[in-house]
Amino acid sequence: MNQTDIANYIGNLFPEAIISRGPQFPTIEIPPEKLITLCRKLRDDEQLAFDYLFCLSGVDMPDHMTVVYHLESTWNGHCAVVKTHTTDRKNPVIDSVNDIWPTAGFHEREAFDLLGIRFNNHPDLRRLFLDDSWGFPLRKDYTDPARIVER
Amino acid sequence: MTTTTLDFDTIKTQEYLVNMGPQHPSTHGVLRLVLKLEGEIVHNVDPVVGYIHSGIEKMCESLAYHQIPHLTDRMDYLSAHMNNEAVALCVENALQIEVPDRVKVIRTIMAELQRLASHQLWWCVMGMDMGALTTFFYGLRDRELILDIFEETCGARLTLNYSTPGGVMFDIHPNFQKRVKDFIKYFRAKLPEYNQLLSGNVIFRERTIGIGHLSQKDAIAWGVTGPSGRASGFACDVRKHHPYSAYDRVNFNEILRTEGDTYARYQARVDEMSESLDIIGQLIDNIPEGDHQVKMKGIIKLPEGEFYQRVETARGELGVFIVSDGKKNPYRVKFRSPGFSNLAALNHMSKGVKIADLVAIMSTLDLVIPDIDR
Repeated sequence: MNQTDIANYIGNLFPEAIISRGPQFPTIEIPPEKLITLCRKLRDDEQLAFDYLFCLSGVDMPDHMTVVYHLESTWNGHCAVVKTHTTDRKNPVIDSVNDIWPTAGFHEREAFDLLGIRFNNHPDLRRLFLDDSWGFPLRKDYTDPARIVER
Repeated sequence: MTTTTLDFDTIKTQEYLVNMGPQHPSTHGVLRLVLKLEGEIVHNVDPVVGYIHSGIEKMCESLAYHQIPHLTDRMDYLSAHMNNEAVALCVENALQIEVPDRVKVIRTIMAELQRLASHQLWWCVMGMDMGALTTFFYGLRDRELILDIFEETCGARLTLNYSTPGGVMFDIHPNFQKRVKDFIKYFRAKLPEYNQLLSGNVIFRERTIGIGHLSQKDAIAWGVTGPSGRASGFACDVRKHHPYSAYDRVNFNEILRTEGDTYARYQARVDEMSESLDIIGQLIDNIPEGDHQVKMKGIIKLPEGEFYQRVETARGELGVFIVSDGKKNPYRVKFRSPGFSNLAALNHMSKGVKIADLVAIMSTLDLVIPDIDR
């Protein structure tokens, strides 16, 4: 399916999703409470068949925390990006997609470690790289006077 | 370091927990595996990473776009060129700059040389992990010749820093074509030795065939890419499916196997070396004339938006995800490194194997720790 087909197909199934066309991939923005339903559909629907999650990134935007999922269908060869965000920057919580794509487990641990995003129903949500006493270094408000030199 | 909750409560009478690493020769760097063992049988593997986490993603947020490639060398140092290329391509695509054909071809040749060098090192270390020291000398003997070519081209042997946004740092050396052609001739004759020495060895085959099985479905679900994924039948070669640089103008086979065991992963890499020689052979006589760089502005500013670039490193799929807010520094950079996802599948692949087999499985995943920790 090309970008327009994917956009129309998902737009019909999930009217609450905001779908935009990008230079590379179509982007589907979905409220966090609908994320799991959407992801299950994306993987299990025969026409979509997004079985390969190739990247999961957390991004700290000025007023919200975003999680970006890059998906590819190894069967159909098309790609898409799913985005979800939470405005609670203090204690951001998003549902885990570990059950749907097991590769997400490690990526979610990384996002938790570096950005402090908690993932519901994650089987093993521990910090990955850093010590428990660290803050969340990829957050924009992170300060570390000893190690960061302001220019 | 990461505090690990050791699950003494769930551990059975016969079981015990053992730390493998962080300074274990077969982890090829500082990686710790917490093994739950019963006798010699592995019940659970919990990789503990982060010993050489250097915060590259955080550092990138305060660097200009032509400084970022210099950090990416240090991630997967055995695929330094492809890492540089990924960032360069991402920036070029975002700015919609078309680099000259000469750059594309040079980049492709260098990437394939780098892949060969990486696979040679992997091969010799694989043998060593299995207790065969001779392979180490064979592999390094041949790898040295590639590193000499790199040194003549850009002055560096390991962290190349060769690709930059807009082209390559220097034009190729006048000797480049001759030396590469000599190398292809030399290595074509030497490659059968690799098979004779290790692939057919009875002890090696007994220890690898049928061990550490990963099905195609699991390889996709766990995101295991590169030769490790292709050995399970997951057609994930970025060079083939999302061609970049000059890969759309060369003929090569995507090495796919169906067994998905340790031996298949081994054989996939050895076969890939021969494909890399083919790719270089097709391009080396056809390097187009032209500039080796596009004139770039002193300060590169990407338009606002999100950009993603995938390349195939020696280990698998590397993704660079740049979020730009239109300033001279990126807002957020994420590297989807191949080793990171491949390591995540280790526990799944090695349930029920012996410790010595775990070493072999880890070796065929070809882990480079800075690539995982970043």
